[in-house]
Amino acid sequence: MDIPCDHKKTNYKHMKLDFEHIPAGHCENGVISSLLKYHGLNLSEAMIFGIGSGYFFAYMPFVKVNGIPLASFRPVPGMIFARAAKRLGIKMKKQTFRGQPKRAMDELDRVLEKKLPVGVQAGVFHLSYFPPAYRFHFNAHNMTVYGKEGDTYFISDPVMEYPTTLTYDELKKVRFAKGPLSPNGKMYYPIEIPKEIDLKSAIHKGIKQTADWMLTIPVPLFGVKGIRYLSRRMRNWPKKLGPKKAAAYLAQMVRMLEEIGTGGAGFRFIYAAFLQEVAEIMQDQRYFELSKEMTKIGDKWRTFSSLAAKTCKGRSSDPDGYNTVANLMLEIADDEEKFFIELKKLIN
Amino acid sequence: MEIDKVPQDEGITAGITREIQYAVDENGKYVKTFSKGWEPKNIVNELAWDDIHDNMNDANEKILAGKASPIMFFMAKNQMNVALLAEYVEIPKWRVKRHLKPRGFKKLKQEQLANYAKVLGITVDELLNYKPKK
Repeated sequence: MDIPCDHKKTNYKHMKLDFEHIPAGHCENGVISSLLKYHGLNLSEAMIFGIGSGYFFAYMPFVKVNGIPLASFRPVPGMIFARAAKRLGIKMKKQTFRGQPKRAMDELDRVLEKKLPVGVQAGVFHLSYFPPAYRFHFNAHNMTVYGKEGDTYFISDPVMEYPTTLTYDELKKVRFAKGPLSPNGKMYYPIEIPKEIDLKSAIHKGIKQTADWMLTIPVPLFGVKGIRYLSRRMRNWPKKLGPKKAAAYLAQMVRMLEEIGTGGAGFRFIYAAFLQEVAEIMQDQRYFELSKEMTKIGDKWRTFSSLAAKTCKGRSSDPDGYNTVANLMLEIADDEEKFFIELKKLIN
Repeated sequence: MEIDKVPQDEGITAGITREIQYAVDENGKYVKTFSKGWEPKNIVNELAWDDIHDNMNDANEKILAGKASPIMFFMAKNQMNVALLAEYVEIPKWRVKRHLKPRGFKKLKQEQLANYAKVLGITVDELLNYKPKK
């Protein structure tokens, strides 16, 4: 591509890389997957998610988001991506620019000029193209910048159906959103991709860690133990917190399971998709069979969301609604435990 | 989930985007497909906004009672607490707390007002002249 240069104000007037926008379930995996694809490495979002051990459960009553204890179906932001890169032998350049927005934008321009698409972390509250209903102060969103024309940047946001744009000021603002998990202008891009990738070994490591984290962390807040722990706590919510707050707590759970970026059922369906790919790569039908089990687990989480939403809507203090979903969670915890014991057998 | 069961309930993303949903196709293979939305998601999203609106109403009551400055309302509207607002306006929390009281608000200089207005997404006039409806 020919890049006309204008060294006075910006470095160039028009530059749009031949970058394919691939909508994804989850932003972090989606960005990595499409960045790698640009450099000729074809790994799906599900594969990155599986290798990066994205599947998880954590309930941390002492960490509160807007006054609501944190329940999460994935590890902390950035971790999936870091693990996947390490296991695949990919080197990423990562930069942050605390308190230096101008430098952060200059550096972005400089890298774009080298014809490299760049992943950036962003807050969604000021993200102009985002659905207004989703614009909360959540700062761990990710998108790819793949070009620039004058004041306009070309953006591929994996959770959006189509590619989009942001102005210089808009992009600067979201890259320097404030509050928890603030991006501080974080940007990243691959600088070294090995010619030969040992995919099977990366898959093994990914699966092993997921199974270990789900089954063996000796703290009752994580993995299947965490699901059981939350189930116990949940039964007391209506009595302990009153109808309004109990509903807010339960609603937050459903949002973590289903809201933009999980691919449905708190990433459980993405994991099932990963296992289908593994079955092909390993030429082992047993992974395909386990994928079906994972789909059933995902379907149960969907039932959980559906029942929980009904309970929230009524803001009823009747403990029955809470007991019903708490019982379902116990069932799911058993299913996930059984599932990961079986999965672990396959890789040993 | 099977592909023909992927919900298409219009709601929070209507007219802006559709979300990716992983589902199993007729051959049992996982595919990515688009969903317009799902009613349980609409319900819990609405609940989150109800809480924001409650905070705005609480702020209005305090302003009418002479206990809070207009900043309190716009802070709630921007889903902020004192800590986050303080970070955005780059002023220590204890000073922001003062500006949330009518007395502290009156003492604000034009420059500081402009700073607050910019962060809160309004004009200085809107901030100064804000009066909650009774």
